[in-house]
Amino acid sequence: MRTIQIECLRYHPETDAEPRFQSYEIPFSDDMSVLQGLQYIKDHLDGSLTFRWSCRMAICGSCGQMVNGVPTLGCETFLRNYYPGKVRVEPLNHFPIVRDLAIDQGDFLRKLESVKPYLIAKDAPEKGTFLQTPGQMDEYYQYSKCINCLLCYAACPQYGLNEKFTGPAALALLHRYNADSRDAGKAERMQVVNAEDGVWGCTLVGYCSEVCPKDVDPARAVNQNKINSTKDYFLRFFRK
Amino acid sequence: MMRRSNKPIFWSLFGAGGMLSALVAPALLYVTGFRPGVLDYERVLALAQHNFGKLALLAVIALFLFHGLHRMYHCLHDFGIHVGPGLKALFHGAAAAGSLAALYLLAAIGR
Amino acid sequence: MKTFIRPMAGWWRRNPYYLWYMLREASCVVITAYALVLLAGLYRLQQGKAYFDAWRDSLSTPWSIALHAVALLLVLYHSWTWFKVMPKTLPFIRIAGWRVPDRMIVAGGVAGAVLCSAAILWIAR
Repeated sequence: MRTIQIECLRYHPETDAEPRFQSYEIPFSDDMSVLQGLQYIKDHLDGSLTFRWSCRMAICGSCGQMVNGVPTLGCETFLRNYYPGKVRVEPLNHFPIVRDLAIDQGDFLRKLESVKPYLIAKDAPEKGTFLQTPGQMDEYYQYSKCINCLLCYAACPQYGLNEKFTGPAALALLHRYNADSRDAGKAERMQVVNAEDGVWGCTLVGYCSEVCPKDVDPARAVNQNKINSTKDYFLRFFRK
Repeated sequence: MMRRSNKPIFWSLFGAGGMLSALVAPALLYVTGFRPGVLDYERVLALAQHNFGKLALLAVIALFLFHGLHRMYHCLHDFGIHVGPGLKALFHGAAAAGSLAALYLLAAIGR
Repeated sequence: MKTFIRPMAGWWRRNPYYLWYMLREASCVVITAYALVLLAGLYRLQQGKAYFDAWRDSLSTPWSIALHAVALLLVLYHSWTWFKVMPKTLPFIRIAGWRVPDRMIVAGGVAGAVLCSAAILWIAR
């Protein structure tokens, strides 16, 4: 039976002043994910290891971790790709560590709320539902695939350097609604877009789009809105 | 109430400079770096006296400065150096000063 | 709730992607320096032939050639990375319903740079 070494960042606030690494040697097969590796550790070696997970199929967004320094979903990252090397698992970068591999997502949830991530609808149609052409859906569809996994925040150095930056996923979701033909809330969301910590906190590093497991392309959503924000800035004097 | 950022002004200049430099900087560097002999005084003077030439020279100098200095300012932030309104004014002020110098020189060269 | 916040110092050294990003950003130093070189040339031009010729001749020194070579590499990297990210700054471009793919926008940018370079080299022949 082959074994592989998984090194986890450990931090228990009630006993630890700062995080430390702890290594585990586990048996593994080719089909095991990093998440399954962590579950093996918790089930058989060390029940105190704390981490989030749920669906095991890259749709819930719970199991985000840094694996060898790269933000990724534990459930779709495979141990075989690191063997025979060591697998170093750390909590997602740029977030405060609550316990072991679990981070405090509170800041993101507040940012998400601030962008009003829901349809602020125009007048409802007289009969039935809103109609939308495939072309109209194409404008926002990719941004609607976000699973709030926070890999993009772990990737974004500007968020790491300035926690007031609204960040990739929140801005992508803001754009998802602005670009939806059924939505009429653009004006309400512009305040977030135009702020120093809105789209202007982004320097197009682009790593967010690289790591996104759902091909949302948040870098695109943010940078489209730099043009929108610029138009808004210069054309506001010509509006009633 | 989140304050509206003034970034659009600087970003537009940064973007224009970035586009211009992406298009022409390699060729210009090739000329000055490896073919400086073609920079004959009479020819370059004629370029600088021509209206289009003036515009081109001003655009290159001014937009390159705004692009470069804006990005340099952000690089400081990326390196973890705390940047505030003072440094922002210094970097963009330098770009403006260089642009004004170019404008003055082009006017002094005349027709 | 007691949490632990990890320091950001040295962040850009921890991932190759970030290193390439920093290189891209560093190219701006070249752009700034080059603008100042051109500004100096313009100043010498305004002063007269003797001064301008001296400026032009300084471009033939080994230092100038070496620095230009390094600068050219960085500027080419700037051009390439600029066109690579350009599609992300533009709204979707559609022609009769068909969305123009990103790689075509990048190719368009590169083609533009090739055309401009050809024009400059032809003017400076």
